[in-house]
Amino acid sequence: MAESDCKKYLTLSGLEPLIVTPESNFINVGERTNVTGSRKFLRLIKEDKYDEALEVARNQVDGGAQILDVNMDEGMLDGVYAMTTFLNLIASEPDISRIPLMIDSSKWEIIEAGLQVAQGKCVVNSISLKEGETEFKRQAKLVKRYGAAVIVMASDETGQADNYDRRIEICKRSYDILINEVNFPPQDIIFDPNIFPVATGMDEHRRNALDFFEATKWIRENLPYANVSGGVSNVSFSFRGNNIVREAMHSSFLYHAIKNGMNMGIVNPTMLEVYDEIDENLLECVEDVLFDRRDDATERLLDYAEAVKGQKKEQENIIQEWRSDPLQDRITYALVKGIDAFIIEDVEEARLASDRPIHVIESHLMIGMNVVGDLFGSGKMFLPQVVKSARVMKKAVAHLQPFIEAEKDGKQEFAGRILMATVKGDVHDIGKNIVSVVLGCNNYEIIDLGVMVPPEKIIETAKKENVDIIGLSGLITPSLDEMVYVSKALEKEQLDIPLIIGGATTSRAHSAVKIAPHYSNTVVHINDASRAVTVVGNLLKNDNRIYKNQIREEYDLFREQFMKRGRKKEYLTIEDARKNKFQIDWKTSEIIKPKTLGIQILEDFDITKLEDYIDWSPFFRSWDLHGKYPDILKDTIVGEQASDLFSDAQILLKRIFDEKLLKAKAIFGLFEANTVNDDDIEISSVSSSTVENEEETYKFLTLRQQSKKSEGKPNIALADFISPKASGKQDHMGCFCVSTGFGTQELAAQFEANHDDYNSIMIKALADRLAEAFAEYLHKEVRTKHWNYAKNENLSNQELIRESYKGIRPAPGYPACPDHLEKNTIWKLLNVEENIGVQLTDSLAMWPAASVSGYYFGNPEARYFGLGKITDDQIKDYSTRRDISIEEAEKWLNPNIAH
Amino acid sequence: MSTPKSKIEAELLKRILVLDGAMGTMLQQYNFSEEDFRGERFKDYPSPLQGNNDLLSLTQPKAIAEVHAKYFEAGADIVETNTFSGTTIAMADYDMEDLVYELNFESAKIAKEVADKFTKANPEQPRFVAGSIGPTNKTASLSPDVNRPEYRAITFNELRIAYKLQVEALIDGGVDVLLVETIFDTLNAKAALFAIEEVKEERNITIPIMVSGTITDASGRTLSGQTVEAFLTSISHIPLLSVGFNCALGAQQLKPYLQRLSNETELYTSAHPNAGLPNAFGEYDESPKQMQQYIEDYLKDGLINIIGGCCGTSPEHINAIAEVSANYKPRLN
Repeated sequence: MAESDCKKYLTLSGLEPLIVTPESNFINVGERTNVTGSRKFLRLIKEDKYDEALEVARNQVDGGAQILDVNMDEGMLDGVYAMTTFLNLIASEPDISRIPLMIDSSKWEIIEAGLQVAQGKCVVNSISLKEGETEFKRQAKLVKRYGAAVIVMASDETGQADNYDRRIEICKRSYDILINEVNFPPQDIIFDPNIFPVATGMDEHRRNALDFFEATKWIRENLPYANVSGGVSNVSFSFRGNNIVREAMHSSFLYHAIKNGMNMGIVNPTMLEVYDEIDENLLECVEDVLFDRRDDATERLLDYAEAVKGQKKEQENIIQEWRSDPLQDRITYALVKGIDAFIIEDVEEARLASDRPIHVIESHLMIGMNVVGDLFGSGKMFLPQVVKSARVMKKAVAHLQPFIEAEKDGKQEFAGRILMATVKGDVHDIGKNIVSVVLGCNNYEIIDLGVMVPPEKIIETAKKENVDIIGLSGLITPSLDEMVYVSKALEKEQLDIPLIIGGATTSRAHSAVKIAPHYSNTVVHINDASRAVTVVGNLLKNDNRIYKNQIREEYDLFREQFMKRGRKKEYLTIEDARKNKFQIDWKTSEIIKPKTLGIQILEDFDITKLEDYIDWSPFFRSWDLHGKYPDILKDTIVGEQASDLFSDAQILLKRIFDEKLLKAKAIFGLFEANTVNDDDIEISSVSSSTVENEEETYKFLTLRQQSKKSEGKPNIALADFISPKASGKQDHMGCFCVSTGFGTQELAAQFEANHDDYNSIMIKALADRLAEAFAEYLHKEVRTKHWNYAKNENLSNQELIRESYKGIRPAPGYPACPDHLEKNTIWKLLNVEENIGVQLTDSLAMWPAASVSGYYFGNPEARYFGLGKITDDQIKDYSTRRDISIEEAEKWLNPNIAH
Repeated sequence: MSTPKSKIEAELLKRILVLDGAMGTMLQQYNFSEEDFRGERFKDYPSPLQGNNDLLSLTQPKAIAEVHAKYFEAGADIVETNTFSGTTIAMADYDMEDLVYELNFESAKIAKEVADKFTKANPEQPRFVAGSIGPTNKTASLSPDVNRPEYRAITFNELRIAYKLQVEALIDGGVDVLLVETIFDTLNAKAALFAIEEVKEERNITIPIMVSGTITDASGRTLSGQTVEAFLTSISHIPLLSVGFNCALGAQQLKPYLQRLSNETELYTSAHPNAGLPNAFGEYDESPKQMQQYIEDYLKDGLINIIGGCCGTSPEHINAIAEVSANYKPRLN
């Protein structure tokens, strides 16, 4: 294929590409990770402090380095080992490894070791003709085969090029060999024409900078596509210790080198003055030296240097901004970014502020890990980063461990023993390892059986080691079947141990549908490592019954719903479904006429009456605290938080009651009704004190289940609970709307203005609870007074929550009647907006939000059900009944349409 | 455009070439038992062999030939040899390192025989065999041990040596092109390319090379963390026939990355996506019709020169893809 010239730019890569175009100006190579240039880095490598050495690299990247130079050339070091180890560590730090590497060594074996561990396209620094053409060609060929660019030093068999002619002679010769004999891409060649010190006092050094500038210019004009680089700090070698002069020299040199075509270089950004800010006199002295403009240039610069010596330049330590954030933010930042440099000091701060060291893990660290989990789940973090986060976590936990143990009288006590295994036939274990680390961090003892673990071994180990939880992992599809097999085998052996399932192809659906039914103990699917701790914690706490039941219920429900929407699902035609409707014997069925027909309005309702009707469990759920009220207040893990939250809620609730902060309003109506055409309910509204229009008829349209049922099970629609017109029996139904949301908005805004988001959320959560309580209260009033079909009912709030009452109050938008359009009918029938001020938005949501609307069905056989999926024929039928287009019907009912 | 360097390139100048679909899905239909996997020859082999699909080239060669034939019948121009795991590294799971040369050689031969039969029957549409070179089950730039991030389960040199053996056997068996595919970790691929270069140099031959990376998820990166452009940069030092993506994503999800790749490269492009994303049961259930529509989007935008299928695709999918590809001109690179 023809390679066009426009593509002939030096292109490098780490995790991300770096393209050196004429517009790139200057590519800055980070030089601090070089044992020959940094004493600190050398010490860290010598002392095996690779963690801190990585921080040096990270600072370079944070400081704007676009390529990272790594050099391990030191007599006392095993260079191959140090290079390999350090580059491998960099590979696990995505925010460092995103930039390309420059593998810097004078020893070929160290260069090759570096090339063998870098996935990106690196730069080799360097090769030269120093040891002759044969070796030069051999190395160049290998560099090309490893996929790297190369820096070529201006040296040959006789030594370094130290003047203009030698520089261009050697560069030209090197270029020709590379292009013609090695077939090296010209854009991948970077010449280093030797930056040597100036102002040394020796005459032969006077042209060093000038020769470099001119040679650079020549290379760029005569050796097509080749690049020029150099180590800038050499130029100021004779002014070591005088940073003001050195920084000015670097800036000025760089400024002119770039103008002459140097497009890459090793510069320490902290040793660089802004060119325009160099003192005018100093700049003149410096440039006199660089351009060899005066015989006394060196003396003049020395004089200047003497004068400014001692003026210590303020080297402000640039404290990274995030270090001044609040503690939790710092911990979260460190976990998300995988930075462990400050984690111990932060964790210590958290420990001192906490009652118990374990709380730091459960709260500060887990909050951070949950952020990691969310980012990972949404594709904003990728695997290596998560692994890094786990490591920071581990370090933090390691710090806390002695304190946790001290609390336990010095005994090493694990919170539980967990068996982890990648199932037979599968070799993928990265995810499993992450989960193991994260759990290990949380004081669980991990028994890791590794990969390709046969069921027998899992069973044997589980028994022998008396483990508390078994974790199965797998990435490939067949592992799913293997997990089913393992769960059956565990059941057969009567092992009563919770099972956690994880891995890329596993899913909650698969765990619920294919695994849970085979296993008596709990089966939980965990989709990411950061959630594992919560799940395991819940499974192993003393009273885990609630959690286990909750999981079981959740999975049963999930399975049921999943089976309903399974793609092999069979559906009845709407005609056949109607034939299989829910049968009530209307000859014998008890139909009770409401005591009061028509519409009633409750305005300025005494909201304090609702307190006893509040179902608190969903309130805690809205704050992500799971468990049933009141047990949740004593829960070992969330109990304290739940209690705090509850008492805050009580305080605000009392304010609401005392200061009448929220207004409660309701409207309901009871009407004569009959079913017509199978699925519609015809309402005759009778005149009442508030509605003048006589005998207007309304229709509630109900939807009918269409999934094929097992023998004897009906396909239900709400209409089945009302007698058909043809039966000759007059039946009744009701509808209602309650709201406790009046005032919520204003209060929330007030709280927000005071930066009190907590109470702003709290008020909304409470208003929601009160609205539900109001609906419950009103339903009871209707049953026992207004309709009066259950006048002797005497149910506790718990029984009400369990829906033990007779008759139902389904709400449009919920499983039995997902059709939100029904709200329009309720609004018209009851004139809701005019009467109590609750409005419907375009998408038929109620405003204020803390409102509930629905129907009343009084028949003793009426019950709650889920519609499930329906098919096109019902949609078509429905659109005709509703008198809307099929498209519009599909829009409103979309989640329920079987595809 | 310069003169084609190989027969396959000559065809690429004329039309979009169709690659085959999944081998695994097809073999599942045979329901081979442990005994079937073993055949007569490995009756008493000490390790369990069921699931070693590459071995079927020796124990069930007819089935392998049948699958190749089905894909050619469906309209494929190129079939991949049954050698995805044919390295000493991957075969270590079955203690079958010593069989690697034979597995690759025989697989190549089987595929080549079927291809030649089809070419002979219709010389207008010459058929090709691509030697499939998988990623192995170890990664050279990721540590399997979170506590030792500097540790590697495999080195570049180990990979290079393993790949070299596979490459030699595939070439000896007669493949027309080498396909380094499902690249999770670019460093593994670089070792494979290094090995190929060595073989080319030692034997003084040229052979076209296809490279196909894998974008693992919505992050738009390879498992080892590289972006599309960084991946392309990292493998561009070797003269390649084509570069592309396969596996992990369905045709629809793959498109944005293919678009970026197509913008950046002057090589021919390839794609063999999965039949959608796996459903909750790990099955791929995108229909041939659906997949055809997504592929047609590629074709409309001129993104592609070589197109086929990966996990979950069948001859029906390939047929649908071949059908629609025939209506479009190849991508201009």
